[in-house]
Amino acid sequence: MSRSLTGGRPGARSRGWLGALPLLAFFALVFGVPAAALAAGAFTAQGRPSLDNLALSLRGGYLTALLGSVKLSAVVALAGAVLGTFLAHAVVTSRFRLLREAVLTASGVLANFGGVPLAFFWIATLGNSGVVSGLVGLPSGSLYTFWGLAVVYLYFSIPLMVLAMAPALDGLRPQWREAAANNGATAWHYWRYVGLPVLAPAMLGGVVLLFGSAFSAYATANAMVGTVVPLVTLKIAAALTGDVLIGYENIALALSLDMIVVAGLVMAIYLPLQRRTSRWLH
Amino acid sequence: MAALTGLEPVAAAPARAPRARVWRGAVFLVAGLYFLVPLGASLWYTLHSPAAGVSFAPYAELLTAEGFARSLLLSLGLAAATIAVVLLLALPAMLAARLFAPRLRPVLEVLCTLPLVVPPITFVAGLATSLRTGTEVLAPTPFWATIIAVQDPGFPVVLVLAYVVLVLPFVYRSLDAGLRTMDVRTLVEAARNLGASWPYVLFRVVVPNLRSALASASFLTLALVLGEYTVASLLGYEPFAVWIVTVSGSRGQLSVAVSILSLLIIWLLLLAVSTVFGRERKS
Repeated sequence: MSRSLTGGRPGARSRGWLGALPLLAFFALVFGVPAAALAAGAFTAQGRPSLDNLALSLRGGYLTALLGSVKLSAVVALAGAVLGTFLAHAVVTSRFRLLREAVLTASGVLANFGGVPLAFFWIATLGNSGVVSGLVGLPSGSLYTFWGLAVVYLYFSIPLMVLAMAPALDGLRPQWREAAANNGATAWHYWRYVGLPVLAPAMLGGVVLLFGSAFSAYATANAMVGTVVPLVTLKIAAALTGDVLIGYENIALALSLDMIVVAGLVMAIYLPLQRRTSRWLH
Repeated sequence: MAALTGLEPVAAAPARAPRARVWRGAVFLVAGLYFLVPLGASLWYTLHSPAAGVSFAPYAELLTAEGFARSLLLSLGLAAATIAVVLLLALPAMLAARLFAPRLRPVLEVLCTLPLVVPPITFVAGLATSLRTGTEVLAPTPFWATIIAVQDPGFPVVLVLAYVVLVLPFVYRSLDAGLRTMDVRTLVEAARNLGASWPYVLFRVVVPNLRSALASASFLTLALVLGEYTVASLLGYEPFAVWIVTVSGSRGQLSVAVSILSLLIIWLLLLAVSTVFGRERKS
């Protein structure tokens, strides 16, 4: 690439930093300051530096909530990944163009449909006075449980997985299948040795994406289960809004730090994979 | 991708085809049930009640409910402000990194993916703490008025700031994908050599080439801001998503009607964006 006019001129580099300066300054103020406040608060108890908050946030009810969130997100991520991949495969190989377009558009809408409206949808359907729960004789309160929450979360997780997998599945060449069949491979052989290895990075990336979105979801759970199912986001909100003793805000900050560590570990798997999958999209 | 479906019967043994079709049909049936039943049930729930029979009353009530217009307008205003701020911050920075300072690119990439690692609720925990401390610390200085003005319930600027951070990863990705499809350096150098000013280059050369990327970034921002509940409710403001909950306490049918409306809004937004895409592809 030529560096003649813009790249090599003296002062060009400083102009580059000038263009980025507003973003950098904004980021330092709006993201950096809260992050620093969070870290400082998490390590402060009764005005002194201490590890008490963190220790407390990993004990008893708080630990149960954190593990509950991790478990729910893992269940949703795995189930959503498997079901979403099946649906994406059915869509990509479908002969009907119209059906294909319709499912992909619907996925775009539903993947962005979450929060409180999603909870109300399911309460109207399978809640205690829901339309369908009366028809199938569902026991009262079954929606407001761990598994009920998982079923609701899949409503945005499966479409998200379809959107993540459709380009990768489109990249599977029919010639690979023909070549495998010519060499005597069965359908199982084809998927085991050709299809899945090619799709693996995209699938793992999708699993992480689903885990992250389920892990940080708060509005849906809050509107649906309140505090029936222990989740870390609900505990943080309870500690923040002060319906517990004063001085517990720092527990909220410590719990937030725990969440960020979990999310950070998961993202550390995702980002390198994302770069690898993008190779298959071209 | 017509080639994929067209070639398949050649590759596959004739006996396999019906089985694949049955399999696909089953997948579509199950998915259709799972995704359409809640939709239909919610619609029925809003239209039918044992006492009144079938009526459209909840929808009529919705449009006249106290706070409906105010909260929706607040959400739309916040979304517009967020889109303007995030694009004005991100686009110059990304262009500058591409044109003048390649070493800036990894820095931007890391900064713009950091918010993905931070769940919104933890971000709001840090934000609430720093706002509280900030108000105390800045009380004797002239900045006190600023930090109070930022939290004005009429138009909470602090929400715009928070939303800009939350959408930054998505906006960065769409713009990055858009910038990849064109040779920015050559375009800008050609325009500059012909005597175009910098604002002219930005708005008449770069932006038109980025139209679809800007459209998808705006759609994602709009969808996120309209549905955002966590940050707004924990900071104590009442845009659309929070108002839905306030209203639902008393009237169940009304809240489901609002939910259907918000699904419709997202669908219309996506439709609008995809028409922009489609028109571009044809021309």
